[in-house]
Amino acid sequence: MTQELHKITTIVNGQRCTRQVEARMLLSDFIRHELGLTGTHVGCEHGVCGACTILVDGVPMRSCLMLAVQANGHELATVEGLAPGLDRLHPLQEAFRATHALQCGFCTPGILMTMTAFLKENPSPTESEVREALSGNLCRCTGYQHIVDAVLLASHRGAR
Amino acid sequence: MTTRYFGAPVPRNEDARLLTGHALFVDDVELPDMLHAAFVRSPHAHARIRKIDVSAALRREGVVAIYTAQDLGDYWKPGPLLVPPPPIESAVFNERTQVPLAKDKVRHAGEPVALVIAESRYLAEDAAADVVVDYEPLPAVVDLERAVAPDTLRVHDDVPGNVAAHVRQARGNYAEAAKRAHLVIRRRFVYDRGTSSPIETRGVVAQWDAKADKLTVWDTTQAPVVIRDGLAAMLGLSERQVRVVAPFIGGGFGPKIMMFYPEEVLLPWAAMRLGRPVKWIEDRAEHFLATTHERSQIHDAEMALAADGRILGVRDVFLHDTGAYDPYGLTVPINSQCTLLSLYVVPAYDSTFTAVFTTLPIVTPYRGAGRQHGIFVMERLLDIAARELGLDRNEIRRRNFIPASAFPYKNEIIYQDFTPLEYDSGNYAPMLEKLLELIDYERFVREEQPRLRAQGKCVGIGVVCYVEGTGIGPYEGARVQVQASGKVSVATGIGTQGQGHYTAFAQIVADQVGVDVRDVDVVTGDTDQFYWGAGTFASRGAVVAGSAVHEAAKVVRQRILHTAAEHFECAETDLVIENGAVSVVGVPGRAVKLGTLAGLANPTRGAVAPGTEPGLEATRYFGPPIGATAAGAHAVIVEVDPDTLMIEIKRYAVVHDCGTVINPLILAGQIHGGVAQGIGNAFYERLVFDGEGQLLNASLADYLLPTALDVPRMELEHTVTPSPLNPLGVKGAGEAGAIPGGALFAQALEDALELPARGIHLLEIPLSPNRLWELTKGEEP
Repeated sequence: MTQELHKITTIVNGQRCTRQVEARMLLSDFIRHELGLTGTHVGCEHGVCGACTILVDGVPMRSCLMLAVQANGHELATVEGLAPGLDRLHPLQEAFRATHALQCGFCTPGILMTMTAFLKENPSPTESEVREALSGNLCRCTGYQHIVDAVLLASHRGAR
Repeated sequence: MTTRYFGAPVPRNEDARLLTGHALFVDDVELPDMLHAAFVRSPHAHARIRKIDVSAALRREGVVAIYTAQDLGDYWKPGPLLVPPPPIESAVFNERTQVPLAKDKVRHAGEPVALVIAESRYLAEDAAADVVVDYEPLPAVVDLERAVAPDTLRVHDDVPGNVAAHVRQARGNYAEAAKRAHLVIRRRFVYDRGTSSPIETRGVVAQWDAKADKLTVWDTTQAPVVIRDGLAAMLGLSERQVRVVAPFIGGGFGPKIMMFYPEEVLLPWAAMRLGRPVKWIEDRAEHFLATTHERSQIHDAEMALAADGRILGVRDVFLHDTGAYDPYGLTVPINSQCTLLSLYVVPAYDSTFTAVFTTLPIVTPYRGAGRQHGIFVMERLLDIAARELGLDRNEIRRRNFIPASAFPYKNEIIYQDFTPLEYDSGNYAPMLEKLLELIDYERFVREEQPRLRAQGKCVGIGVVCYVEGTGIGPYEGARVQVQASGKVSVATGIGTQGQGHYTAFAQIVADQVGVDVRDVDVVTGDTDQFYWGAGTFASRGAVVAGSAVHEAAKVVRQRILHTAAEHFECAETDLVIENGAVSVVGVPGRAVKLGTLAGLANPTRGAVAPGTEPGLEATRYFGPPIGATAAGAHAVIVEVDPDTLMIEIKRYAVVHDCGTVINPLILAGQIHGGVAQGIGNAFYERLVFDGEGQLLNASLADYLLPTALDVPRMELEHTVTPSPLNPLGVKGAGEAGAIPGGALFAQALEDALELPARGIHLLEIPLSPNRLWELTKGEEP
């Protein structure tokens, strides 16, 4: 029973992409396996862990809870698009490195995408605001403390 | 040589790749013509398999193959025993290891029954749903105490009483000690099941290259070398024909070292048979059943004490749930048995455990690996004893600490690494005092707690201590090589799952060979890069592989000096290595770059002296005689809502001693992560099985991992008692944070709710608000 294919067009990290996909293909699988952007990770496929978080039209979304066809006509941003250049990191990425905010790094792309959107909305958050914003992303390695530090550091540097 | 990096909070070399999404994880491996696997798994915990019908599934378009146990032929056999039982006299061990696919009987829900391979994962899952298995359900064996009753159905037909193992270890005369005792405390302690739940699930990609006659396997394993050796043996290949790569791994915590998971056995076999690469990535629902668990134990323990609070002896009899199979031998219950002694003098100890087969997923080590159970029993017994004797909880601990003068301290029982349990070094009293100062204990109990209690607030403090056996053998190795570019490459056989090996090992090497830490490129987890090794487990990476790296780097340093001395025709003592070059002291301009020296040490023409080895390279191995014992003390202040019994952690303080510190930033991260898992273990994380052996909370929405709102800011300090067992003086730290959580929170919650005054003791873990309510219901907190 062959599945019918649907043509979708998205802008991913500023690049226009057109592909034929099955209606049931998850957006996370589309990004990872069709577009080859494997920086977006899949941790639970039921919308809890947040590892697969990307920005859809600038808003953090769990790409495992969306179908690729639903992204048709929308603009997507993934972790690969964060850093301005190969040898230059985004300020939040810099802060993550400075404070040791990642260990295995598997949840990190989802957290970076969640928190860049958060910092845009709230450039000078308090620690408890950072924790609240971070609470939808699971990290099993760090105990979150250094991630909180990184977000506060990036906010502080941005404010200077 | 000046130390620039060792001991410094160096940011990690591996971070840029991970932060930009360019690090390779197993699921990122894409190969041309790749097939995808899905497994048909048993919905029953215990059932006979009458018939498997794959015909409808095979008819589906895109399905390439379906295999059941029958199709595996001679390849079907129970997995190897990963850890044989230690040489303990009179120990009983019934080896029953897991099989690649269940043949006649399934022994836990989620056990694989058939392997489906198709052109995509979506199609493979469609087809898996079409496989019809006719099961004859059998009663599940879930309750540990009932499992060992003579009339209970057997998990393995030939193992009576479901006894996987029975081990007694004793020293001194406990009966004698109890007779002399001023006080004997007896209690039952229960620790329930949990799962490590790394954010990356497991996965395997296998590729057979017929022209190269070579198998490559990408595997989320903590022990790639051992997987290679096992696969070569099973598949009839030479070890040189098999390359196992453990690339970036998204968290391990123990369960990613399990020789062999069925998927690790089957994917390479299928890839060779089909001549196409095959990928399998575990989904989260599978992970809850197909990846190993840990924790369930029931202890009946007693402690005999003198009137002044000194421990005269401990007796403990416990049941350990090993699940449906026991491939990991006795590691977890032996850890519980040994770690119970903790950092105290226990003159008489009599400990017996029975490991029990149940129809639940397999139990293997998970961060702490049985140690927290032992610590829970010991610390709780001391708390109860302190109250009965009218002693302060810290005072009873002080009176029982192994004194600093007593090291190396022999415990006279056998540890998981087959050696007598001996603590290499330790200094426990200052550690506890530092912690009490950090948390401001005296002020809290004298001023703050009474003041807050007067306001109707339920606030409590907990203070517990623990040891962690780390850095055990057998060995690890490392090769350090100066490249013609002047950069230094380091290869080791262990796998890495976020512990910062790429940086910690680079720090060790950079100081020895005088280069920038960013110019040291570390490779781990690729069997084609380094042949030998045991794996990353038991908090041993930094200790054992780190020491091998250090030894190899020292030899390379000698080679550099030797080659440079020949080059300059001077004495080695006249040379200094720094900033990637060797220069002659006091002679400006007389300097040569390390890359140039590497070329000189590897001539392409001409003669060399007999016995010359090429290059600036050395390989060294390190195997410690025994493990290095780390220790720590944690304190917590909690407030409990008296109506909901929800908990708020007000402060959390840690003083930790893991010997010399390589990188305080990485160490802090290890402790923080351990504490977070300890908090999860103490409060939220319980795998709930019903009487049929069905897991009722197999999703991350139902099995709660701590979030950024649940884990507090932690205050962390260290004491440093170097290990005499390795050249760096280091001890492991990976599991430390997770070990004392249960004991700590039980004590703090009792204090907050003033439970002992009401005759209520918290003797089990986890203590969710629901469970706390059940334990305290009917009485106003």
